Formats: sequence, C-alpha cells, structure tokens
Amino acid sequence: MPQLANANASVVIDRLRAWKSESVAQVIEYRGETTIVVPHKLLLAIARQCKEDPELNFDQLSDATCVDRFPNEPRFELNYQLLSIPRLARIRLRTSVSGQQPVIDSLEPVWPGANWMEREIFDLFGIRFEGHSDLRRILLPDEFEGAPLRRDFPVEGKR
Amino acid sequence: MVLNMGPQHPSTHGVLRVLLELDGENVVTAVPDLGYLHTGIEKSCEDKTYSQAITLTDRMDYLNPLGNNLVYCLAVEKLLNLEIPKRAQYIRVMMVELQRISSHLVWLGTHALDMGAMSVMLYCFREREEILKIFERFAGQRMMTSYIRIGGLSLDPPSGWRELVKRFVDMMPPRIDEYEELLTNNRIWHGRLKGVGYLPAETLISMSTTGPGLRAAGVAFDNRKAFPYSSYEEFEFNVPTRTESDCFARYLVRVQEMRESLKIVRQAMDKITDQGPIKSEAPGIVPPQREKMKTEMEALIYHFKIFTEGFSPPPGEVYVPVESPRGELGCFIASDGSPKPLRVHFRGPSFVNLQALPLMVKGQLIADTVACIGTIDIVLGEVDR
Repeated sequence: MPQLANANASVVIDRLRAWKSESVAQVIEYRGETTIVVPHKLLLAIARQCKEDPELNFDQLSDATCVDRFPNEPRFELNYQLLSIPRLARIRLRTSVSGQQPVIDSLEPVWPGANWMEREIFDLFGIRFEGHSDLRRILLPDEFEGAPLRRDFPVEGKR
Repeated sequence: MVLNMGPQHPSTHGVLRVLLELDGENVVTAVPDLGYLHTGIEKSCEDKTYSQAITLTDRMDYLNPLGNNLVYCLAVEKLLNLEIPKRAQYIRVMMVELQRISSHLVWLGTHALDMGAMSVMLYCFREREEILKIFERFAGQRMMTSYIRIGGLSLDPPSGWRELVKRFVDMMPPRIDEYEELLTNNRIWHGRLKGVGYLPAETLISMSTTGPGLRAAGVAFDNRKAFPYSSYEEFEFNVPTRTESDCFARYLVRVQEMRESLKIVRQAMDKITDQGPIKSEAPGIVPPQREKMKTEMEALIYHFKIFTEGFSPPPGEVYVPVESPRGELGCFIASDGSPKPLRVHFRGPSFVNLQALPLMVKGQLIADTVACIGTIDIVLGEVDR
C-alpha cells in the first residue's frame, strides 16, 4: 500500500505543478499518506483540476473536515480527502483560513457531495463557504449561537 | 402542501425529520432535518485520552459498534505506527464480519417491516440473537462491546468459541435462503421496490455515496478490496454488484453480502490459532497483562502511566477508511503530541449517503419515500454523532 500511495502522489503533484506552479505550496508525507497543502485562494481551481484532469480523475470527495489550531494562526485548517475510484487512489488537500475571516470557496460546484459536509463545518466551526447553495445549520438547532467544535468553546459547563 | 414526517415516526429508522413538499401523492422535494440525535461525540473525544474515546465510538453507528471501534483503533494505530499481531487481526476480521451480518439482518428486518412484510422482521431478529450471544461470550456485552482496542483486542476468545461460531455459520445459509424465498420472487416486494429510488451511478459518485448503494449501480468499489486493512487481503470473497440501481437491486446486493461475510467468517475461523497474542507488545501504549503488573515493577509503572496520563502519539494527521455495512466509514485524527486527540472526525456513511435522498424521492409517491429511506440504510447515531 505505501508504494501505491507514493506512486499516485507524485503523479498528482507533478500534474498540479505543471498546470500551475504555485498550486502546490507544500507536500507532507506521513504514515504512507500524502497531503498537498494549497493556497486557499486557489482551492476551487485546484479541486476542479483534480476532478477534470483525466490523469488525476478524482471523481469523489470522501470527506471534508476542519481542525481548529487555536491559538495558532492561520486558525482553521481544512482537510479534503479525495478519492479516484477508477484509479483506486486517495490524496488529501489541505488549506488554511484565518480566524478573523473564516471564509473559503465552496467545493459544491465540483463535487455536489460536499453540500452536507460543508454545512456541518459551517454549523460546528463557523466557517462560511462562498458559493454554497444552502448554507445553514445542519446538526444544531437553527437558533443556536456559537460554534461548538472550536477549541475555545468548552466541552461542558456554561459558557 | 408541506407534510412533516416528524422525528417520531416508525419508518424513519430513528429520529429523522423529513419535510415533504407534496403535489397530491407525489413528492416535489424532500428536505431532511437532522440533529435530533446529536450528542457531540467528536467534541467529547477531544476531552478524553485515546483509549477512553473507544467507548464513545461504539455509540455512533449503534448497529455496527465493532466496525466503529475498528476504524478508530486503526487510525490511532496508524498514528503510532503500531503493528498488530496476525491472530488479533484475524479475530478482528471475524468479529467485524459477524457485525456486518447482524447489521444487514436489522436492515432487512426493518426494511421489510416498512414495506409490510412483518414476519421477515422476526426471522431476522431471531438470527441476530445468535450473533449477539456470540458477542456476549467474547466480550461480555451484546452490543456496545468495545472489544477492539488500541493494539489488538480486549479479551482472549472464550473457550469453546469455535463450536459457537461454527454452529452459527452452519445454521445461517439456509436461513438466508428462507428470507429470499419469502421476498425475492414476491410480487408485492417487486411492486414496492422495483424501479423505486433510481439514481444513475455518476450522480451517486458525485454525491459521495459509497457502500451497497453504489455497488447496486454497477460500481464495484469496496474498501476491503481497494484499500485492504487488517489482513483483508488474505481473504477470498466477492463484491456483489448489480446494475439497476433501484431499491430492489440494493436489497439483492445486501443479501448477497451476508453470504460473502459468512465465507469470510469461515476462512477467519481456520486462520485463527488456538494460542497466540491478542495484543501487540508496546509498553507504554498497550497495557501490560495483569499478572505481570502485579509482579514486575516496570509493568506496574507502565500500567499507572497508561491509565492516568495516557500515551502521546507524535503530532500528525491520518485518515483511515474502512467498509462498514453502510459504506465508507472513515476516521480522521489530528494529534498535537498530547495524550488527548486534537481533533477526531468520523466520516459517517449514513450522513453522506442521506444527502442523496431528495434526489431519490423526487417525483415519486409518499410510500416510495419510506422505501428510499429504508434502502439507504441509515443509522441516526452515525448521521448525527
């Protein structure tokens, strides 16, 4: 399995760099998994490239999630797990947004399956997704105030 | 007219609220409203050490607790770069496949009950009782077993387990044939399910659907074959697929999956040796045996440190996908080098697959909505976490 991950990862990195040299800011290899860190302004374009490039063919978004790195800046680190079913390959795209302005492009136009995943991140972390068709809370009641999965929101007790 | 299929409803398989906009008997749109079972499991995991969080994972997809344990433990073991002994891996595979059969039995029983075939429910639950008895003998618990731990398993298989599992594995195939006899060629079953809830494969893939729903559309993607984990590459089994992508096709795929799981259980039984380790040797991470703890000083210190402070994996992030009965169950863990995880996220297949419901029921009858909710096979504990 590590061989598969490495062979696939270098193809992705090379194709993305060939398409736009600044698209790959950093590559992290850890425990056989490859993470490509991308600038947040290019996220939507890179996602579209990953899906439409016939050599990459990442046709499914497996998971979209967020890590709150409070008190470090940039605070919110978004991780997107991509899956290519025809090539049986996985890769992770990572980007970060600041805590003062947690806004990023929605990937729903590229993978409609991102709809509820981004609503969950909006609900629990308070990050806005530009271009999302229906951005509203999904798990918590609509009247709820706050973003519970942020690190400065207490696990229990009153706020 | 907007009809509320409220959170309390016998056919929503849990506390799911669906707002149905109707035009006579046909559904124009269906908007699911989630969150009635949200208990903040992901947030609670951040407040617990890595081993304490295992008990929380049982309670997400409550029809597949062993699968939840497995995905979480595989992710932590990947962070720690921990090797699990083969015997423990085989026992894990056997238990997870028995759990898959039990989950599909509940699915079949409740789905048939929704469609009006009430006796199937009782037959399925009768077989499920046998599986729960097996779990009780192995782990002491019927459902929330927490049997799979970081480093291996919690307990050795009990004496006499082979006879118990063999009796189940021999009894089961004629029972599955019994369910098929009742349903597969039944005119009412065909009428309720054939042509209902059709979605083309491209739509399913782009909506991030995985599992039997995707395999019934002809896409033979199964994480056990594509990205094998926990020694699945050593087992021989088929991945059933169909092409019609309607409720009936999904029914056939799941029934066949039960038969394939029995094959895997039989192979696992042959591979599991009578003696052998059930946990890795990893002092400081995997607790020592109790006898050693009572006589050796190092073991006592390790035991103390593990249960008071916990172990700290190095900083990093991992994502482990496994094949749950509902689709791709994933666990994303971010570690910051402390004994408590920085972030634990579970990619629940029920949550992601349920997105496709509005597309599935568009233009269909209200009765078909019940069929579609059942065919997606949701467990609200996993949808809401």
